[in-house]
Amino acid sequence: MMDDDAEIIAEFLVESHENLDQLDRDLVELEQHPGSRELLSSIFRTIHTIKGTSGFLALGRLEKLTHVGETLLSQLRDGQKTMTPPIAEALLRMVDTVRALLDVIERTGKDEDASVDVAPVAALIEALLAGEEQAADVPEVLLVPAAAVAEPDGVRHAGSNGVAVLERTEVADVPPVPPAPRAPEAQVAPEPEPQPVPAAEEPAAPAEVEEDPAERRTLVDASVRVDVDLLDNLVQLVGELVLTRNQLLQRTLVSEDVELIRAGQRLDLVASELQESVMKTRMQPIGQVWSKMPRMVRDLSHQLGREVELVMEGHETELDRSLLEALKGPLTHLVRNSMDHGIEKPDERLAAGKSRSGRLHLRAFHESGQVVVEITDDGKGINPDKIASVAIERGVVSREQIARMDTREIVNLIFRPGFSTASEVTNVSGRGVGMDVVRTNIERIGGSVDLQSEAGRGTTVRVRIPLTLAIIPALVVGENGERYAIPQANLVELVRLEADDRNLEFLDGAPVLRLRGRLLPLVSLSEALGGRRVDGEALSVVVLQSDDVRFGLCVSAVHDTQEIVVKPIGRQLKSLAMYAGATIMGDGRVSLILDVAGLAREQSIDATQTDATEVRATDDDRTQLLVLEVAGGRRAALPLAAVARLEEFDRDRVERSGAAEVVQYRGGLLPLVRLAPTIGLPDTSDSHDQMSVVVHERANRAVGIVIDRVLDVVEIAVSSSQVGSRPGVTGTAVVQDRVTDLVDIEAVVAWAGASA
Amino acid sequence: MKSLTDVAQYCTFWIDDLFFGVDVDDVQEVLRHQPMTPVPRASEGVQGLINLRGQIVTAVDLRFRLGLPPRGDRLPMNVIVRSRGEVVSLLVDDIGDVVDAAGLAVEQIPSNIPGEVQQVVRAVRPLPDKLLLVLDSDSAVEVRAAEPAGATA
Repeated sequence: MMDDDAEIIAEFLVESHENLDQLDRDLVELEQHPGSRELLSSIFRTIHTIKGTSGFLALGRLEKLTHVGETLLSQLRDGQKTMTPPIAEALLRMVDTVRALLDVIERTGKDEDASVDVAPVAALIEALLAGEEQAADVPEVLLVPAAAVAEPDGVRHAGSNGVAVLERTEVADVPPVPPAPRAPEAQVAPEPEPQPVPAAEEPAAPAEVEEDPAERRTLVDASVRVDVDLLDNLVQLVGELVLTRNQLLQRTLVSEDVELIRAGQRLDLVASELQESVMKTRMQPIGQVWSKMPRMVRDLSHQLGREVELVMEGHETELDRSLLEALKGPLTHLVRNSMDHGIEKPDERLAAGKSRSGRLHLRAFHESGQVVVEITDDGKGINPDKIASVAIERGVVSREQIARMDTREIVNLIFRPGFSTASEVTNVSGRGVGMDVVRTNIERIGGSVDLQSEAGRGTTVRVRIPLTLAIIPALVVGENGERYAIPQANLVELVRLEADDRNLEFLDGAPVLRLRGRLLPLVSLSEALGGRRVDGEALSVVVLQSDDVRFGLCVSAVHDTQEIVVKPIGRQLKSLAMYAGATIMGDGRVSLILDVAGLAREQSIDATQTDATEVRATDDDRTQLLVLEVAGGRRAALPLAAVARLEEFDRDRVERSGAAEVVQYRGGLLPLVRLAPTIGLPDTSDSHDQMSVVVHERANRAVGIVIDRVLDVVEIAVSSSQVGSRPGVTGTAVVQDRVTDLVDIEAVVAWAGASA
Repeated sequence: MKSLTDVAQYCTFWIDDLFFGVDVDDVQEVLRHQPMTPVPRASEGVQGLINLRGQIVTAVDLRFRLGLPPRGDRLPMNVIVRSRGEVVSLLVDDIGDVVDAAGLAVEQIPSNIPGEVQQVVRAVRPLPDKLLLVLDSDSAVEVRAAEPAGATA
């Protein structure tokens, strides 16, 4: 708690010192333009801020002083008083005394040091407020801080002391505003840090002035405001230095010159440290965003009638300031969303057997070069069935697509455009825009967002963002003799395939990979680059994800992962969506960075397209069928809507429960039924090591239908013929020029029930 | 863009038998052939990307822009020009001298020269022994837009 206070005071001091410098300039300018309401308002605001904060920090004397100053300023601002030289003097003295008090606070943490006396200045201002134009002479207050305070900042002090002396002569001797003494003051005030010459000439306690700065930098001196452009430029230069170092190091590897090798190693170290330090200059703690959260949560809980306990962890987690800026909006929205849709009203919570007040947990931490922010609530969670039905209703996805999604994918549908499940629209969230915007904004800065929810238990939204945008980790792949970098943020996994891998299939000529029961469209990088697809060779598949799109990129070589410096490419290439930029490799050659989302768009792979022949099921006459092979080459088809998932099981995972075959699946038992016998065909599904299983789900009960293999997904207008109709088969149809049995799913399920 | 008569000197280069000049103030540097990274799917005019001391520069082949046949085996030279805030490399056949513009007449482009050339030439400045074509570097580096063949001035 003490640390927190000290931190707040430190921030307050830095801010106030800056404000006071501005105040000096404003006051001087005000004397030249006494009627300027704008200046008066600005001064008033500054003093008001200091007053407010000092009250909050229990700095009583500072508060008292700024309070009278504020009163005077408000009268000036409202036109009840007009600016006169004595008033200006009084205000400048107040500013000096405030500054002296701030120095005391900086040294002692309190404002009670007797070396600074506020009473005379306060009395002076009060006298002015009471209408006494003739200001009382209060020389001592000005001199006390100047001489007695061991002011470490000799420069600044020389400035304020100079002002003080000038003021005194003015008040005492010169009745009107003389332009001559005003001039040096005007120079001193806006430029509070001139050369250290005045400090050397300063007669008061020269020894102290020399010692103190070495011992302790003041808070004001300890930080410098730097133009962001300058920092950006530094980051860029360091990026180039790193590249040059990489080039040089490659040369030193083959060099015999010991001195050169040593110098190279040293350069390596220095460049790395420099890079780290420069990156750090742009880093800011996430606490900046979080400091706004308690207030927001409090306001929202009142507004929404919730009781919420906010827990925040990882304030000090740092990330690039531009990213921090971009993260503010999405985080605010996610917190609002958790409170509006997640955490229930107190009575609902009690009814559900939970504590009255909900718990909102914000957590930030670094993980593998990324910043992870988690927003967890213990609210009602997200009901996947509800999401699924709304998604279908709004046309976000089709029923068939839902059937093939797992729970995690379904709950993440809320990030799709035009999705909102709020049954009542509130002004907090739920206007149908929002979660998709949140995701867009997060992805724009190279991040990703993922949601996990357990109905009745709560929801966790996990936002991952890179530490910085300028240098990103990337996977380097090779194609056609060139190297291409793929941002690691898009990378899901690497799969190595032999040419005859039986999970590699062609649907209507388009290659797809059956990967853990899902059909993954494959894109050949060579083809995407305008070359030819290379068939019949072993393939490296880089599984990539962007938005909802997941696809496999076949590349001819996978090199390594490395940190790359992202550089823009010229306007001649801006129209090529498949490139995100370029980078320079260790050998000095340029490599292009692939834009995964752009690549998917160019290759016409979109979220809804998980297999090549699938078209949106809009026409009622047409049905999507999953075409299978059973009984050694016979074809059968199931309505795709009846298919929840496709799975492959090792044969030895099959266990027996009574007479029925089962496998352990997703924490439960999945009864298996072999398709061939149920439709009156000989069973040959044992001829493979792996069992292909179509999972059919209904009313929370799943059945695994064992088949030989999946052939295709087709959409056809079924003209069923009664020919071949028999138990388990409703009829036959010609699909892709082959006679295909249409499986009666009801009969198959009934069979499973009977044998279980 | 400054007026033609304000240009003091031209950096000159050859493409086939055409003699071009660019205002020296627009030229950052002239380099020998640089290793280039091709950009698949880009316009044919974009020959690749080069690493210019850490900056990535697009190389535009003026031969393509002028509708001339490829250079063959000869390695191009790079004339690095600044165009609308970006640095672009123009690939040319050969580098000429820097030509002083003082006293040179400014003439219209003859209307019978091919449209592709007219598009990128601002004016002609006759030298005693040859004609200097003043290159409009902004339009010379513009390769993205579809080239309207045979456009006339």
